[in-house]
Amino acid sequence: MGFYALKRLISLAVSLLVASLVIFLVVEVAPGDPASYMLGINADPGTVANLRAELGLDVSRAERYLDWVGGMLTGDFGTSYTYRTPVAGMVAERLRVSLPLALYALGLAVLLAFPAGIYAAARRGRAGDMGVMAATQLGVAIPNFWFAMLLVLFFSLTLGWFGAGGFPGWDDPLQAIKALTLPAVALALPQAAILARVMRSSLIDILGEDFIRTARAKGLSRRQALWRHGLRNALIPVLTIIGLQFSFLLAGAIIIEQVFFLPGLGRLIFQAITQRDLIVVESVVMLLVFAVITVNFLTDLAYAAVDPRLRVRR
Amino acid sequence: MSAKLVTGAALTALFLAAAALSFLWTPGDVEAMNIAARLQPPSRAHLLGTDHFGRDILSMIMTGARTSIAVALVAVGIGMGAGVPLGLAAAARQGGWLDEIIMRANDLIFAFPSLVIAILITAVFGPGAVNAIVAIGIFNVPVFARLTRGAALSLWRREFILAARVAGKSTPRISAEHILPNLANLLIVQGTIQFSLGILAEAGLSYVGLGAQPPVPSWGRMLADAQTMVALAPHVAIIPGLAIVLMVLGLNLLGDGLRDRFDPRLRERRA
Amino acid sequence: MTELLEIESLGVAAGTHRILRNVSLRVAPGEILALTGESGSGKSMTALAVMGLLPQGLAARGAIRLDGRDLLGLAEPQLCDIRGREVAMIFQEPMTALNPVQTIGAQVMETIRVHGAAPRAGAEARAREVLERVGLPPDRVPLTRYPHELSGGQRQRVVIAMAIALRPRLLVADEPTTALDVTTQAQILELLRGLVRDEGMGLLMITHDLAVVAGMADRIAVMQEGEVVEQGPTADLFAQMRHPYPRRLFEASRHRAALPPPAPDGRLLRVEEVRRDYPLPRRALFAPRAAHRALDDVSFDIARGERLGLVGESGCGKSTLARAILGLEPVQGGTITLDGRPVLDHGRPDPEVRRRVQVVFQDPYGSFNPRHRVGRLVAEPFHLLPDPPRGAAREAAVADALTAVGLRPEHAESHIHAFSGGQRQRIAIARALIIRPELVIFDEAVSALDVSVRARILDLIAELSRQYGLTYLFISHDLGVVRSITDRVLVMRSGEIVERGATEEVFDNPGHWYTKSLVAAAPVLPPLEGGGKTDAGHDIP
Repeated sequence: MGFYALKRLISLAVSLLVASLVIFLVVEVAPGDPASYMLGINADPGTVANLRAELGLDVSRAERYLDWVGGMLTGDFGTSYTYRTPVAGMVAERLRVSLPLALYALGLAVLLAFPAGIYAAARRGRAGDMGVMAATQLGVAIPNFWFAMLLVLFFSLTLGWFGAGGFPGWDDPLQAIKALTLPAVALALPQAAILARVMRSSLIDILGEDFIRTARAKGLSRRQALWRHGLRNALIPVLTIIGLQFSFLLAGAIIIEQVFFLPGLGRLIFQAITQRDLIVVESVVMLLVFAVITVNFLTDLAYAAVDPRLRVRR
Repeated sequence: MSAKLVTGAALTALFLAAAALSFLWTPGDVEAMNIAARLQPPSRAHLLGTDHFGRDILSMIMTGARTSIAVALVAVGIGMGAGVPLGLAAAARQGGWLDEIIMRANDLIFAFPSLVIAILITAVFGPGAVNAIVAIGIFNVPVFARLTRGAALSLWRREFILAARVAGKSTPRISAEHILPNLANLLIVQGTIQFSLGILAEAGLSYVGLGAQPPVPSWGRMLADAQTMVALAPHVAIIPGLAIVLMVLGLNLLGDGLRDRFDPRLRERRA
Repeated sequence: MTELLEIESLGVAAGTHRILRNVSLRVAPGEILALTGESGSGKSMTALAVMGLLPQGLAARGAIRLDGRDLLGLAEPQLCDIRGREVAMIFQEPMTALNPVQTIGAQVMETIRVHGAAPRAGAEARAREVLERVGLPPDRVPLTRYPHELSGGQRQRVVIAMAIALRPRLLVADEPTTALDVTTQAQILELLRGLVRDEGMGLLMITHDLAVVAGMADRIAVMQEGEVVEQGPTADLFAQMRHPYPRRLFEASRHRAALPPPAPDGRLLRVEEVRRDYPLPRRALFAPRAAHRALDDVSFDIARGERLGLVGESGCGKSTLARAILGLEPVQGGTITLDGRPVLDHGRPDPEVRRRVQVVFQDPYGSFNPRHRVGRLVAEPFHLLPDPPRGAAREAAVADALTAVGLRPEHAESHIHAFSGGQRQRIAIARALIIRPELVIFDEAVSALDVSVRARILDLIAELSRQYGLTYLFISHDLGVVRSITDRVLVMRSGEIVERGATEEVFDNPGHWYTKSLVAAAPVLPPLEGGGKTDAGHDIP
């Protein structure tokens, strides 16, 4: 187990390093100089040079990269060109919305998908299965931001149960959760549909395995065989998808935040793009990539917990 | 032919035909504004109603299909064009340095969701349909590379590949002659699925303003424009969304139907 | 005698297709009934019907009575209660019959717990007891082991332990030793015999192997195409063989191909001190990479015109050796030369050598590209020739090759899925011979075939030897087959050749202990009374 984890950890570190390099280089090739952009076309060259020095733009590329990465390692993400405040603080504040939203959605997706997938697999080929499959087929095809608009139309504008957008802050956790509910549902539904399909087909594959027949020959009922022997084995591909989905949820959250006017990472990054605040874009993208890579690392570890064959590599 | 396959093929064909027709004819002019006739519900004159500028929504859906299909199709082309050869090469040298590099690079791209790639590209080069294509296309590369490599690896272990090696055939030749043809079905099915994901991604990107720019019509932007008018005229928000759902549903059903048809286990049962 | 199991006119149908017809069988307590026949004869389906585990969509008619109670009339919960408690089953494939993510202890205990037969502690004690009984003493193989940590034979023992945990009255064993090596097979058969003797269980044993049947069963039933064509006490059945089908099976099982006398003529292949190491994954980050030695100092020659056999159990390095000779994989030491030319020259195969060696693989289903027509498949080795025949000459060569193996020229136009397993092996032989190689390697080439088909393929090889004076290396785990088709034999164990010599001599008077154990473990058929003249038909299987 230790060796397995260590190997994954090293590959995690390498991935992060390469990702940071790629992001840095892409942003570097951006045309235009942030300092002159910020001060306008008519700015005095001396003022521009001063600003460049202040923003740390007057040193070599290699130095800037090392500064950036070194800073991130110590929690210093640099200073926003536009707002002249530390990026770390801005990001931390926005994360208080985006991260709970993604986790809320993931939880909802799992909660919806597992029972639906298991139910459909257990009644394979029967009416219940067909119903679940048709619903997931539809769920997969619905763009989450459109679904979000329909939710607003129905639950906010027509029924008035929820606000149509905005975020009251975490002072009142109940109100905060209420504000995040429609966005989370919108995010979760398409992902739940995918997850339910994976769960179903994985379970059906496992139910065709020899050891399920062995279990039945021992006297287990179909249901007992499914719960005791099928589920844990079926979980392995499902975990992969959950890991991948996290990245879709984070990215999806960026769009959904637009629908509900939530002050999350998505709003931050779009503002930064329009204002050419590249250091913010750079840092937020790196943060997203870091989250995705870390979640994939955790998924790998979760495999080992589920599958004893991975614990000792012979 | 299963019901899935027929429904899927019919829906897909409908949208392809609508997009093709829009080059020649649309019921209304997508650039002509008519504020007097704005936000009209569906009627005889405007089958799907009009938007906030009084433009005919049906015409915009038809023209928008062009953008969606072009972006998604080219993105699938990029994914297949780069991913399949990479996957074949990686499988042919399993465990070698080439395999290692290709798979690591794939993992890395997987860590950038397509929206994040699009954000990066837009931040640097500005928004546009081409950037959307590149962002979705890059994301498709590892999907096809992984799929190809996995399936090719299991084929390389088959005895007919050994037989071809005993017959003195080179690795590239075996890849082209024995491996690729046996992957064709799989790639067609995945291509359909990535196509539908591409439609969704394009809609998402243009919804947040990172995709096709005006005056090029696109479904995503129609929804973005409609957002503030949901309460006044729900059809403006509902119709473009339905178009996306039906197109994606059609492609998914087509992919599923093809998969069932190609699956040797199912085929043998029929024989 | 009171019957334990009584199957009466059992019929199983999938829609209008009848899989089993009018099957009637009986098993008494303490009796072993062997159900035998070729693949597709309905043996396994009968076993599944007894367990009430028929695949969905199949309906059974007739009666299956256990102690007089008809199982076909029972509802699912009652069947669950009977399965594992009164009737238990052992399966063919031990590698997949166990849940990979549960310990073996938990899986054995589950049989006891699911029937509420004992509390947790009692179940664990009983699990230890049965594991001990099947030869897995918990002090050596703890209950906390996972299936992937055990060998195939050990896993099969776990499956048996699960089956006998509640002392069922009837044990159904579906090809319980087919996936195992011959020495392991002997041990498992001995274990099953002991269980029947000690516990007084009835055993319904399904197997395709008549030799296993002969040494084990009290009574035999032979099935063909869903029907029982003959049954009776073992000795009587072997003595009489009223029905032609069992007789044909029996003759095919002990079939000896009529090989022309050998005419060795100078050395063709030389294998000298060959070593092949497979690197193993690192155990720790900076630990040196360990290696598994698949071939250890292997040396032998094959003379032109000689038919050499290579026997050994799975994993002993037989197939690795075949790949090394074919130049498909590099070796880490030693040399392999054909007429003095190395098969791999600086890691690249020498086309001159390669065109002189061809191969026939084991799997008749996996060794052809499903997308190509037979003509193209058979002609593939032409790629090795500097000037391959084209057009009509090529078609004529393909037609000749197909005719030589007993197929027709027009078969070149068909796709491979139109052919049976035996026909596919014929096509594989045609492909190997089309460029007239000097050496052919048969890698388990008849192991996947039913006995009667196998007999005809062996005849074909003998016939081709007569016509073309073939030189070949015949690799197999089956001593009987090797005996019938080779002049000289090598016995391999863990990558080493432990014994070599004239085939008859080695098998009749084995010198090495390992060869002795192989020969002793191989089940043998009794002589057939009333003349055992063997001659399988020459029609195409």
